[in-house]
Amino acid sequence: MSIVTSWRPRRGRNVELLLLCLAVAIVTIAYVSVEGATRGSIPANLGAQAGGLLAIAVAIHLVLRFTASYADPLLLPIATLLNGLGLVMIHRLDIAQGRSLTEGMALRQLTWSALAVGIAIAVLLWLRDHRTLRRYTFLAGAAGVALLLLPLLPFIGREVNGARIWIGLGPFTFQPGEIAKIALAVFFAGYLVRTRDVLSIAGPKFLGMQLPRGRDLGPIVVMWLISLAILFFQKDLGSALLFFGLFVAMLYVATERIGWITIGLLLAAGGAVIAYTLFAHVQLRVLLWLHTFSKDALDASDQLAKGVMGMASGGLFGTGLGRGRPDITYFAESDFIFASFGEELGLTGVFAILTLYALLVERGLRTAIGVRDGFGKLLAAGLAFSVALQCFVVVGGVTRVIPLTGLTMPFLSSGGSSLLANWTLVALLLRISDQARQPLADPSSSGPIPTLVTSR
Amino acid sequence: MNAPIRRLSALVALLFVSLLVSSTWIQVVSAKSINDQPGNRRTLLASYNRERGSIIVGGEAVARSVASDDELAWNREYPRGPLYAHVTGYFSFLYGAGGGLEGAQNDLLSGRSDRLFYRRVSDLLTGKSPVGASLELTINPAAQSAAERALGNQRGAVLALDPQTGAILAMVSHPSYDPKVLSSHDLGAVESSWVKLLKDDGDPLINRAIAGDLYPPGSIFKLITAAAALESGQYTQDSSVPGPAALELPGVSKPLPNHDGRACGPNDKTTLLGAMVISCNTAFASLGMTLGADALRQQAAAFGFGERVDIPMRATASTMPATMDEPQTAQAAIGQFDVRVTPLQMAMVAAAIGNDGEVMTPYLVRRVLGSQLQTIDEASPETLSDAVSTSTARQLTTMMKAVVSQGTGQAAQIPGVEVAGKTGTAQHAVGAAPHAWFVSFAPAADPQVAIAVVVEDGGNAGNEAAGGSVAGPIAKAVMEAVLAS
Repeated sequence: MSIVTSWRPRRGRNVELLLLCLAVAIVTIAYVSVEGATRGSIPANLGAQAGGLLAIAVAIHLVLRFTASYADPLLLPIATLLNGLGLVMIHRLDIAQGRSLTEGMALRQLTWSALAVGIAIAVLLWLRDHRTLRRYTFLAGAAGVALLLLPLLPFIGREVNGARIWIGLGPFTFQPGEIAKIALAVFFAGYLVRTRDVLSIAGPKFLGMQLPRGRDLGPIVVMWLISLAILFFQKDLGSALLFFGLFVAMLYVATERIGWITIGLLLAAGGAVIAYTLFAHVQLRVLLWLHTFSKDALDASDQLAKGVMGMASGGLFGTGLGRGRPDITYFAESDFIFASFGEELGLTGVFAILTLYALLVERGLRTAIGVRDGFGKLLAAGLAFSVALQCFVVVGGVTRVIPLTGLTMPFLSSGGSSLLANWTLVALLLRISDQARQPLADPSSSGPIPTLVTSR
Repeated sequence: MNAPIRRLSALVALLFVSLLVSSTWIQVVSAKSINDQPGNRRTLLASYNRERGSIIVGGEAVARSVASDDELAWNREYPRGPLYAHVTGYFSFLYGAGGGLEGAQNDLLSGRSDRLFYRRVSDLLTGKSPVGASLELTINPAAQSAAERALGNQRGAVLALDPQTGAILAMVSHPSYDPKVLSSHDLGAVESSWVKLLKDDGDPLINRAIAGDLYPPGSIFKLITAAAALESGQYTQDSSVPGPAALELPGVSKPLPNHDGRACGPNDKTTLLGAMVISCNTAFASLGMTLGADALRQQAAAFGFGERVDIPMRATASTMPATMDEPQTAQAAIGQFDVRVTPLQMAMVAAAIGNDGEVMTPYLVRRVLGSQLQTIDEASPETLSDAVSTSTARQLTTMMKAVVSQGTGQAAQIPGVEVAGKTGTAQHAVGAAPHAWFVSFAPAADPQVAIAVVVEDGGNAGNEAAGGSVAGPIAKAVMEAVLAS
C-alpha cells in the first residue's frame, strides 16, 4: 500500500546555520568557564577565538549550501560541537599540566581541526556523487589493508602504550587505523553490493535459522583472521573489534541474513577465547576489567581505576569545567577524555555527549535508509555504525562494560589522525545524505510535488 | 536493505543504552563507594581543596586548616601537638585521615557528610565555596593539661568523664606524637615519620584510653564483683565475708594469697566494706566463686562490657572470658585471668556508681558547628544502661569513699572534697612490673568528674608500684583541675 502526499522539500540549511551558531555558543561558554575556573579571568581575545571557530564551521556550511544543499542539517553542528568540546577539554588539561598555549596540545588539536575541516571541504567538492567511490572499491580495500599493516613495518612503526598502531615520520605521528576504517567501509560496501546476491543464498538450516552456504564463508573467515592478526601483532583489541564488527554488520545489512550475525558472534567468541588463552596482555585486560580495584589489578595498572574514580567524583552534575582533577587520569585527553567529561560535567554532561553521538549515528542510519542505491546504503550504514561501535568500545571500556581498549573517541579525543578520519567520515555522510534527501525530480517547477513517501 | 538497517538502529540504541546505564552506575549508584576507595587521590585532593573544619577545645582550635600557597591549598595545623594527638588524630595526604576525630568525623570535617546537605545546597546557590563543619569538644582543657602533666613520661592513659552526662573531659594516652609530622606537605618527611611511629615500641599511634591491647583491670574490678554481690540481694556493705590470708581454690594446688600475705580481719573474716578498703583478694575471690561466673559476667555487661561504643572513635569493647571454671572465676573476680578492659570502660564503671547506677553513653563532640560557627547539631546525653540500683550505687560509693579516706587510695584525697575511688595493681606478665590503676569520682555526693587512670608497668615506680601511689596522684590532679574550673 502506498500513500501519496504533497511534500515540499526542506533543505534545512538555515536550521543548520542556527544549530552551528548554537554549537559555537556552547563551546564558547565552556571555554569561558574553563578560563574562569582556572585563571579567574575571561580570555582577552575571546571574540576572535569564538569568531575563528564560527568561521571554520561556516566555511563548511557554505560549501554545503552550494554543493550539497539537501545534506542532513544535524550532522555538521553535532560534529562541530563535539570537536569544540574536545578542544576545550584538551585546553583545560593543558592548563592543568602547566603547558603554555604554544606548546600545548590544544593548539595542535585546533590546527588539526582546521586541516580536517579543510579536507572535509575538499572531499565535498571533489566527490559530487558518492557512487564514484564504488569505482575505487578494490583500491580502497588495498589501501585499508596497507594502512593497517603500516605500523608493523620497521623504522616507521611505533609502539605506544603497548599497542603498535602508530607510525612516525620525523616529528609526526599518525594512527593509520582511523583512516583504514573509512577505506575498509568503502571496500566492504563496494564488495558486498556486488556479492550480496551470492552471499545471501540460503545454506543449511540450523535451529530454525538459515545459515549461509559453506563455500561462502571465505570472506568472513578472512576478515576474522585479519582481525586476529591485528590483535596478535599490534596488540590492539579495540581495532580488531571495530573492524570485525563493522564487517559483520555490513554483511548483515547487505544479505539480510541473521545467520551471518550468528556466525560472526561465534567467530568473535572463538577469537576471544583464543586470545584470552594465548596472550598475557589480553588476560591482563580482562583482570583489569572485572576486578578494577583489586590489589592484583592495581599493581598492574591503575589507569582504569583512576578513570572510574574520576567519573565517580563527578557525580550527577560534575565538579564544573576546570574545577575537577581530570589530569590525574592517564590519557585524560585521548582514550579517557570521556572520563574527563564525566568528572567535570557529571552524569548530566555525559548523557548529553552520548546523546550527541547517538543522534549523529541515527542521522547516518537514516541517511542509509533514505538513499536509493545499494552502495550508498551500505556505505552510510557502515560509516554510521562504525561511529556507534567505536563509541561503545571506548566508553564501554572506560565505564567497564567491556575490557578497556586503545581507541579514541571520535571528534573529542586529542589526535590528528582521528580528527582527519572522522571529519572525512562526516563529509561522506553529508554527501550521501544530500542524495538521500533530494527529491527525485528537480523541483524547478513551482507547486507541491507528489512524492512517494511511505511504502511497504 | 532497509529492514536490517532498522534492526541495526535498534542494536545501536541498545549499545548506547548500555553506556548510559554503565555511566549512571559509576557516577551515581556506586559513586560513594568508589569515592571512598583507599588511595583515591581525588577524594583526598578534594578534601584539601576545601577548607576543613576546625576541632575546638574550650574556644581554642586544636586542629585547624590554614591556607597554604602550594598545590594542596590548605595546611592542617595542630597548635597543641602531642597534647591532643589522640583526640584529633592526624590528617595526612599520604596516610589519610585517622587516629582520632580527623578519621572518625572525616565526613563532617571535610564537609561531605549528608548531615550538611542543606548547607551544601545553599552554598551551591550562593556560590560560596563549601567549608567543612567544625567540632566543639567536651574536653576540659585544664583537665587535659593536668592529665598530660601528671602522667608525664610514663606509659599509660587517663580518661575522665562527666558522670551525669557521659561527656569526656580528658583523654590522654602516652606515649603520644605530634600530628603535624603526618600532616606536613613534605611527603618524604611524612613517610619517614610514619615509619618511625609504626616502629616505635611505645606504639604512640595507639590511643590506649579507648583501644590498644587492653589491660587486665586488677583490683578495680572488685567494684564490679561487689556490685554483683549487692545486686544479688544476699549482701550489704556490712555483710560478713571470708577473708583468709590465702584462699584454697578447688582443683588448684597453689592457693590465692592476699597482697600482704595477711588475713583481712579477725577470724579470717571481714565485711564487704572492710574488704574493699584494704582491697582484700581472698574476700572478693571467694565472693566471685559464690556468685558464679554468670553473675559476674552479667554485672560486667550491665556496666558496658562487650559493647562497642563510638565516641565517635570506635572504642574497643572490654571483655570477660567466655568460659570460666571456679578457680578462674575467683581470679576474674579480682580482675585477673582473662578479663580485659579499656580505661574508658573503667571510667564508665566509676561514673555509673557516682551517677546512681546509670551508665551514660560517653561522647567527645559537644556541638557540630557550621562555617559561621552556628550550631548544626548538639549532643544530648543518652543513657547506655542501668548498671546497678540506686541503693547498690550508694553502698558502693560509701565503700569507695572509705578506700580514699582510710584505705589504699589515700593518695587521691583532696582537701575539702569527698573523693570516692578504688586502686588496682594488675599483674599482667611474669616478671613484669604490674600496671597501676586508679578509678574515682568526686565530689562523692554530687560527682562532677569520674576518672580512670592506668600506668603501665608501674610507671616510674616499677616493681614498687601500687595503684594508689602511682595512679592515685594522677587522678587527683585531674579531678582537682575539673573541680577548680
